[in-house]
Amino acid sequence: MWDYTEKVKDHFYNPRNVGNIANPDGVGEEGSLACGDSLRLMFKLDEKGRIKEAKFQTFGCGSAIASASALTEMIIGKTLEEAEKITNQDIAEYLGGLPPEKMHCSVMGREALEAAIANYRKEDVEALRARKGQVVCECFGVTDNEIVRVIKENQLRSVEEVTNFTKAGGGCRRCHPRIEELIAGVIGVEQKQEAAHPSLKKMSNIQKMKLIEEALEREIKPTLRADGGDLELIDIEGDRVVVALRGMCSSCPSSELTLKKYVESKLREFVSEDIIVEEAKP
Amino acid sequence: MSKPTVYADNNATTMVAPEVVEAMLPFFTGQYGNPSSMHYMAIPAEQAITRAREQVAQLINADPSEIVFTSCGTESDNAAIRGVLAAVPGKKHIITTRVEHPAVRNLCQYLGKNGYRLTELPVDKLGQLDLDELRETLDDDTALVSIMWANNETGVVFPITEIAEMVKSRGAVFHCDAVQAAGKLPLDMQKVPADLLSVSGHKLHAPKGIGVLYVRKGTYFVPLLMGGHQEKGRRGGTENVPYIAGLGKACELAGVHMRDEQTRVKDLRDRLEKELLEKAPDASVNGDRVSRLPNTTSISFKYIEGEAILLMLSAEGIAASSGSACTSGSLEPSHVLRAMGVPFTRVHGSIRFSLSRYTTQEEVSYIVEKMVPVARRLREISPFGRDEQHAQK
Repeated sequence: MWDYTEKVKDHFYNPRNVGNIANPDGVGEEGSLACGDSLRLMFKLDEKGRIKEAKFQTFGCGSAIASASALTEMIIGKTLEEAEKITNQDIAEYLGGLPPEKMHCSVMGREALEAAIANYRKEDVEALRARKGQVVCECFGVTDNEIVRVIKENQLRSVEEVTNFTKAGGGCRRCHPRIEELIAGVIGVEQKQEAAHPSLKKMSNIQKMKLIEEALEREIKPTLRADGGDLELIDIEGDRVVVALRGMCSSCPSSELTLKKYVESKLREFVSEDIIVEEAKP
Repeated sequence: MSKPTVYADNNATTMVAPEVVEAMLPFFTGQYGNPSSMHYMAIPAEQAITRAREQVAQLINADPSEIVFTSCGTESDNAAIRGVLAAVPGKKHIITTRVEHPAVRNLCQYLGKNGYRLTELPVDKLGQLDLDELRETLDDDTALVSIMWANNETGVVFPITEIAEMVKSRGAVFHCDAVQAAGKLPLDMQKVPADLLSVSGHKLHAPKGIGVLYVRKGTYFVPLLMGGHQEKGRRGGTENVPYIAGLGKACELAGVHMRDEQTRVKDLRDRLEKELLEKAPDASVNGDRVSRLPNTTSISFKYIEGEAILLMLSAEGIAASSGSACTSGSLEPSHVLRAMGVPFTRVHGSIRFSLSRYTTQEEVSYIVEKMVPVARRLREISPFGRDEQHAQK
């Protein structure tokens, strides 16, 4: 049972502004039936360009309904410029917080609002799509730019957190390496030192090779094999680990970048922070 | 007026029967001896276990020597599956279904990635298996087949006698997860040639933390928990005497109430189902309505979401469960309903009501009275299905 705040419960049991507006100025939709939640948000402006009416319809859980209800209350009276500054954090805060696993409900609210504003401004669909970037999570249709934005706005540091906030990675898990990459891209290199295992630094070469082989066998290869791929250890020279991709991995265009990063991050986790992975040149 | 407690989630867990609590209490207080000890304190504990073993055996028509007490249904499933595979190291094929409880499904999928070949049999729209497919899948390498008796989400009952006979004729070992069936259906191990069978206490009005693994005489089996000589070496660990005594009593009561379960509880379930289908918008039943547990109904309400339904019911004092993504603990909806091909428009809005011998006519009426407006209210909030609603008018 989720530990919902009183405010969430209030907005769920007594949702504000449910329904439709005849001739709305902007309409935005986010989510889908397949994903398990969906929100349609619409608004009407007054003569001064402020939102005078906002209505929503939601298919979704308690916190999805509460987030949508809260959002309508938050935007009424605001100009579009003010409204578009609302982040998912603002929605969650307005509700006194959401359980971590439910943060995606607040993100859905912010995205529907964005879509509604874009709709009002007659922003063209292609431009909107381009702004969203490339789909990373096929299961829930989440793009890289959406993920990066949420990572930045909420200081996310793990794939699990990204899943809680965006649903990305919550299905087949195939995009996990890519999400890790996006997180790494946002936080940069500054955290590298933190995660280092100082005790492992003074390993002998033999010890290091054993650890590398173990990490490959126990952690890395099973993941790759689950997607029909495989990997072969070619050589180890100091911290440089040379691998060759096999199976589906070898023909996958995104493999070089994704896999190198994935294998490297795993080896850094289990062996040493200094590991550098290289792909064997055929 | 305070809201009533209407508990309709008995496939999740059940109320501990007052008679069961009473049967357990002496073993917490005066009679706390270890049954393995060599003094007078051991005697009542040992007698309680012997008695409970007989009571459990009687419920499933087995020999008391075939009953092994465990800590829960999940342990029973793990002990059965791992124990059999360890005993036949030469065979590397496991067969199960796509609709098993996670205790079987996740273990089998793990084994499937670690040295075993796994076949997960599909089910049809009604949640039933194609037995020809099972027959074709069985081969000389098949070590174990693990198939549930009755499904926890839909209540669909598999033709377990036929399945067990087919598996046995091919020389494989058959394990059956009967956690949902025990206490709700008559189980007869003289008629069903299963080698191993899992039962959980808290699904039949005993407490949580006690289970049974039935191991047919002559079944090769390596214990999961190795330790002392308890349970004839088949499960190490000092016996949980009070819980074992409670489970024994619960099994005895289940036998007494079996007719009631088959008739009165079934009638209540049928009435609940019929009235919800008639009165709630776009409701439909998931799974085979003929071959089904008497206490269970899984109903999907189109275009609305399960967690929202449960929260609204909960506010009225009604406890039920859902196969929606939001309640599954992951982002994926029920694997059982998806395996049956229930469309997304319905899978997220599935609600399971599971009754018990404590359920009353008044409670069923109350559920219908509250559920129908909840479905209507959420339908008003939902962006989907408006056109259909208008079309119906």
